[in-house]
Amino acid sequence: MQNDTKPLLSVRNLRTSFFQDEGTTKAVDGASFDVFPGKTLGIVGESGCGKSVTAQSILRIVDHPGRIVEGEIILTRADASQTDLVKLKANSREIRSIRGGEIGLIFQEPMTSFSPVHTVGAQLIEAVLLHNAIGRQEARRRGIEALRSVGIPKPERRIDEYSFELSGGLRQRAMIAVALSCDPRLLIADEPTTALDVTTQAQILDLLRKIQQQRGMAIMLITHNLGVVAEMADDIVVMYLGRVVEQGKVDDIFHDPKHPYTKALLQSIPSIDSVPRVRLPTISGSIPHPFNRPTGCPFHPRCASFTPGRCDTEEPLLLAVGEGRKASCFLYQ
Amino acid sequence: MTNGNAGSEKSVLLDVKGLKKYFPIRRGLLQKTIGYVKAVDDVTFFLSRGETLSLVGESGCGKTTTSRCILRAIAPTAGQVLLSDNGEVLDVATVAKSRLRSLRSQMQMIFQDPFSSLNPRMTLLDIVGEPLLVHGEGNAQERTDRVVDLLRLVGLRPEYMRRYPHAFSGGQRQRIGIARALALNPRLVVADEPVSALDVSVQAQILNLLLELQERLGLTYLFVAHDLSVVKHISERVAVMYVGKIVETAPTEELFASPKHPYTEALLSAVPKPDPRLRSERIILQGEVADPANTPPGCHFHPRCKYAKAVCRETSPAQEEVAPNHFVSCHRATELSLRGVARSSA
Repeated sequence: MQNDTKPLLSVRNLRTSFFQDEGTTKAVDGASFDVFPGKTLGIVGESGCGKSVTAQSILRIVDHPGRIVEGEIILTRADASQTDLVKLKANSREIRSIRGGEIGLIFQEPMTSFSPVHTVGAQLIEAVLLHNAIGRQEARRRGIEALRSVGIPKPERRIDEYSFELSGGLRQRAMIAVALSCDPRLLIADEPTTALDVTTQAQILDLLRKIQQQRGMAIMLITHNLGVVAEMADDIVVMYLGRVVEQGKVDDIFHDPKHPYTKALLQSIPSIDSVPRVRLPTISGSIPHPFNRPTGCPFHPRCASFTPGRCDTEEPLLLAVGEGRKASCFLYQ
Repeated sequence: MTNGNAGSEKSVLLDVKGLKKYFPIRRGLLQKTIGYVKAVDDVTFFLSRGETLSLVGESGCGKTTTSRCILRAIAPTAGQVLLSDNGEVLDVATVAKSRLRSLRSQMQMIFQDPFSSLNPRMTLLDIVGEPLLVHGEGNAQERTDRVVDLLRLVGLRPEYMRRYPHAFSGGQRQRIGIARALALNPRLVVADEPVSALDVSVQAQILNLLLELQERLGLTYLFVAHDLSVVKHISERVAVMYVGKIVETAPTEELFASPKHPYTEALLSAVPKPDPRLRSERIILQGEVADPANTPPGCHFHPRCKYAKAVCRETSPAQEEVAPNHFVSCHRATELSLRGVARSSA
């Protein structure tokens, strides 16, 4: 990735595990990547790949019994100082000012992420008051402004409505308004459009792009939808079973994928501009259960280029495979 | 099998005419009906033997309600659902309840969620064998043999038939659901979003299986989905629904290459394409999907349509055939030239 600008957020060798009676789940197993100011980083992967836990680790909201075992999450603050979020206490004053302040978050399900017993406005104003030393009236004015800026019609009326009175698209816009109300420098969007219809999805993606242009904020877009990342991201991180298998520029990943998983994933998706009713190439098998994690490279049981004796015993490292891109596969090592 | 627009030559298996389903809105102590949600409002289409028709549309457009009315899981308000059964044509919408059970062996359903559609307390043998039991087919041994065949057919190992669903992954569970749907040798299979709950890498396996089974068993599919890429992959014809009505029906390639309804155009343009070089100018529809309880006058799509004229606000457009097998409900269908999805060279 670029070397000229300093990353806004730098994740190094992050490991987050869940300690349960049945065993330990390594949800994130040594992930490293950078998010640059004003750019969009897409984190792609299927269920269980650890993309959401990565976001939760950054915000330090990993649910019990999970915890960060190892690694660094370095945030470059507005005054250019650096803070390692892993070292902060999960409920410390500092992380609380970062969470929702410098780093905003949009969840997947706008229905369940809003409280049904408080108005949208109350929740929006709460966020504004928490991070700014201003009065209630001023906070309400800012709240209305925030709703207006995300394209909600009649914001002075909508602010007193409950989340269930809004449609899915409006609810997601309100969610974005809450996340943006404190002017974050990094917005983490965890599957922001998965619950929405395609035409609403197009509206929301368009909105995110416009806001990014206006404010120059960085976006970390977490999704399983390859179409969405292709449209939105500058750089992509592909994850599989808690590990980064490949990362690089969006064009390189889609037009010259290196890792067998990325290749297979791209081939297996039906595309709107492909020939109908022909057999799709598939990835054999399914994603293993986290307790049955394969030895060696986690993808080897499903891999077309599996080398016995190597892929199933050693773990490949994430190494450079060309200009600004990395892959973790023995084919290149 | 490639694209088939030979629909008219094959015999018609299912003919849906003027199907309506209105749900009453009740209020107050006496539960007085104060209005209707017009979930399905005058839907007409046909399905030929051995073909796949997809119903696409956004949430709330009535695609699932349509599929349920066809199976008579809910009773339609009006209209006919004509199913040909061994040369005899029966109206599923009005047939006596006593005939329904035997009719239902002809039409089966594959559900969206492979987790909630399988009973966690039943083994695969019970789940897949249940339709056989209900319809009184064979004795225990014959049923077990049939289950073994069915599991093999969908690519599961018959040794696993004494296990419970929790031991299987999402893709495998969807295969179990498919085996159950095929147990009675149905002719029509209604698949309601069968791959939308699955991981991307598993979707392709299930889509391939569905295509393979269709070829082998001569099944007819009514495929209900919102994902246009999946729809393009599986269907021979596509019907696009918007607020309870079918706005356009056409052979798949034709619909994607040259849509005739502005809503279809917007829908196609909204789908994110998995290629960063195709970040095209998208048509972003303004506003929201109309409320089926309070539909706008005239064409339901006119408040969001950039091509709308005075006539669109006043009269509801009639369905016309603009090309063989290509039906559109739009006042301006013949004068507009709309943008489809270009086939990428790759």
